[in-house]
Amino acid sequence: MSPPRPSAVLSGAHFMDGNHAACEGAIAAGANFAAGYPITPSTEIVERFAARAPLVGATFLQMEDELASSIAILGAAWGGAKAFTVTSGPGFSLMMEHIGFAAMTETPSVFVNVQRGGPSTGLPTLPAQADMMQARWGSHGDYEIIALCPNSPQECFNLMIDAFNFSEQYRNPVLLMMDESVGHMTEKVVIPPADQINIFPRRHTSKAPSEYLPFKPASDDVPEMARVGEGYRFHVTGLTHDEHGYPSMEWQTQQALVGRLVGKIRAHADDLTRTEEKQLEDAEIVLVAYGISSRVALWALQEAREEGLRVGLLRPIVVWPFPEKRIRELAQRVNAFVVVELNYGQMVREVERAAAGRARTILVPHAGGAVHPPESIVKVLREVGSWA
Amino acid sequence: MPAATTGVKARKFRGEVLITEDRCKECGFCIEFCPPKVLEFSKEFNRHGYHPPILVNEAGCTGCDLCGLYCPDFAIYGIRVPVESPAATASAAGVSPLGNDTSGVESVRQGGGI
Amino acid sequence: MGVMVPFNPVEPFLRSERMPHIWCSGCGIGTTVNCFARALAESKLPLDKVAIVSGIGCTGRVAGYLNLDSFHTTHGRAIPFATGLKLANPELTVVVYSGDGDLIAIGGNHFIHAARRNVDIKVICINNFIYGMTGGQVAPTTPVGATATTAPYGCFERPFNLPYLAESSGAVYVARWTAYHVRYIAHSMADALRKKGFSFIEILAPCPTLYQRRNKLGDGLETMRYYKQHSVIRHGANTRDVNLHFQGEITLGKFVDIERPTLQQTMEQRFRQVLRDRYAG
Repeated sequence: MSPPRPSAVLSGAHFMDGNHAACEGAIAAGANFAAGYPITPSTEIVERFAARAPLVGATFLQMEDELASSIAILGAAWGGAKAFTVTSGPGFSLMMEHIGFAAMTETPSVFVNVQRGGPSTGLPTLPAQADMMQARWGSHGDYEIIALCPNSPQECFNLMIDAFNFSEQYRNPVLLMMDESVGHMTEKVVIPPADQINIFPRRHTSKAPSEYLPFKPASDDVPEMARVGEGYRFHVTGLTHDEHGYPSMEWQTQQALVGRLVGKIRAHADDLTRTEEKQLEDAEIVLVAYGISSRVALWALQEAREEGLRVGLLRPIVVWPFPEKRIRELAQRVNAFVVVELNYGQMVREVERAAAGRARTILVPHAGGAVHPPESIVKVLREVGSWA
Repeated sequence: MPAATTGVKARKFRGEVLITEDRCKECGFCIEFCPPKVLEFSKEFNRHGYHPPILVNEAGCTGCDLCGLYCPDFAIYGIRVPVESPAATASAAGVSPLGNDTSGVESVRQGGGI
Repeated sequence: MGVMVPFNPVEPFLRSERMPHIWCSGCGIGTTVNCFARALAESKLPLDKVAIVSGIGCTGRVAGYLNLDSFHTTHGRAIPFATGLKLANPELTVVVYSGDGDLIAIGGNHFIHAARRNVDIKVICINNFIYGMTGGQVAPTTPVGATATTAPYGCFERPFNLPYLAESSGAVYVARWTAYHVRYIAHSMADALRKKGFSFIEILAPCPTLYQRRNKLGDGLETMRYYKQHSVIRHGANTRDVNLHFQGEITLGKFVDIERPTLQQTMEQRFRQVLRDRYAG
């Protein structure tokens, strides 16, 4: 496939929604293959990609279901493409097996989930953030995942590029965990000139086929990839495999492989961690929120500050790996974490685990279908403030 | 005019089969489907406890390689060797592009005839 | 100085270091791999540009034994993986090699859609009428009356007629053989390798450990004899008429060989026609 061309990047200022911005982010990142299946509220991303693909040297295929979409992109990735798929709700459930396959075979790939209310068909047109633990643990077996949560159309663009870069750097599936509100929110999006966009290139091997072992890691635990069709004659399997890529049903091979798959992400958790922090310097109460909820939480923060409560905000931008080190540091000096998320308690478990009893952790839950009324958050902040 | 007087058409090659005994799982396909019926089960066991085939009629083998095409275990194949040449020279039909790399091929037993 | 060791002509196509393979004595899968190796040789395709994709199951292990760029994917999803691989890298010849359960049960939806789109992939389906790897369960190809561990009183569901399914879904090349018909298989595979578009070859093969033993049909060799005695070659037969019945007559042959633009071609034609010089393909 032809490499992405600078003319593909729509540099300039735009007024666009998060879904369209995510699509442009993918194109700017050099994505030249997408497969998808229509599902609300994510469909606009592939609709735009379907229109843009033939103009920018990319390929889009609407597949027969999400199972097909989520593995067609992995075939394309091994074929040399930078590939992504997009889904929501039930479609994300159907893609779980291939997130695991991508993790096991170390296939660079980006999966976008524009979250809607669930379980099951739930609320197709309305927001939720209730797939966060599914994002982390949804495929069977042990693996690590990288997931990013944008809270604006601009960030949908930016984080899509980051998602591709992380997937290439770590050879791991990367999830862009949007939500319906961010996906359908229209704001200013500035797309930089193509030459100012950093792209992490595919880690192609320079070794000769005779010296190359497809799953022998380099110094950072990530193996180099061979190009298909160039005589490497490599084997890729979802079975537990050795450095040759050959199946091996030995516990030692399992330990070496899964240990490395998990380790290559855990060892770089600090490099991956990215948060936005507001008014934490003197904070006694820390709001923890991501995606659309972080914008509602910011409103509540400002209200609470006006009332004299010393409240700050920690927004995980990279949600997996979870910024547990930062939570641990803050837990030494703050009284409480107030976690605002559109679910009945998912990331709050991570906050509570990292705080380890050194600060109280309170959840402001919401079943989804709308965002939190800011007042419901302020009410909790007042109450937590009164405990001091 | 010896050929005409004897009535025997002189063959320019002789057939030969090569067997990787330890790959054999004794399915019997090669023996059953050999057109001139020149193979039988050996009395010997291979490493895995199977009886591999042996060539019992060397003169009858035509080197057609149908045994090779049937063998599901890649354990036998037939070649045609020009009669002038010694057995199993590089001119044999089955010489591999891999050259002398014998990795993975254990105890190749040869046999064959005109 | 020893004599040069002649090699089995299949050897360069195998990952010899992985032999012996996992298939049972009398299983027909290995026989079809022999045929595939000969077809590759006959096709004269540069092997570096041939990729093989398998799903899960006994036949799913073929990818791992072939000395090609090879992908052992998830259960039922070899075809959509191959679709992505082929579209991303059109210069590859992409072969899907898998079993009836993988391609037609769990992967059935992908099978019909890839045929409909005419994705330029070659699909080789080893049909042994049963789930082998998991221990002998009923498949959508199990003939009525045959038993399986999950159909202990005999299968009561009508099986798919795979050539008919393939043709009606849009395949441009459809053939059926048995593992006994080795030369036909090899030629048919070579035909398919040359053909542009969705090509489908069904190969009936013995599963002596599960299908044959459970149904008291003898071993692999007896099954091969059965194939020899009860097969009729009818090239061009109407695929409607090639249903298989429990221990019935088997119709073989090349049933379909037509020309139809591939997915890649229809895609490019459409974009070129509509977008003209804006098309960046």
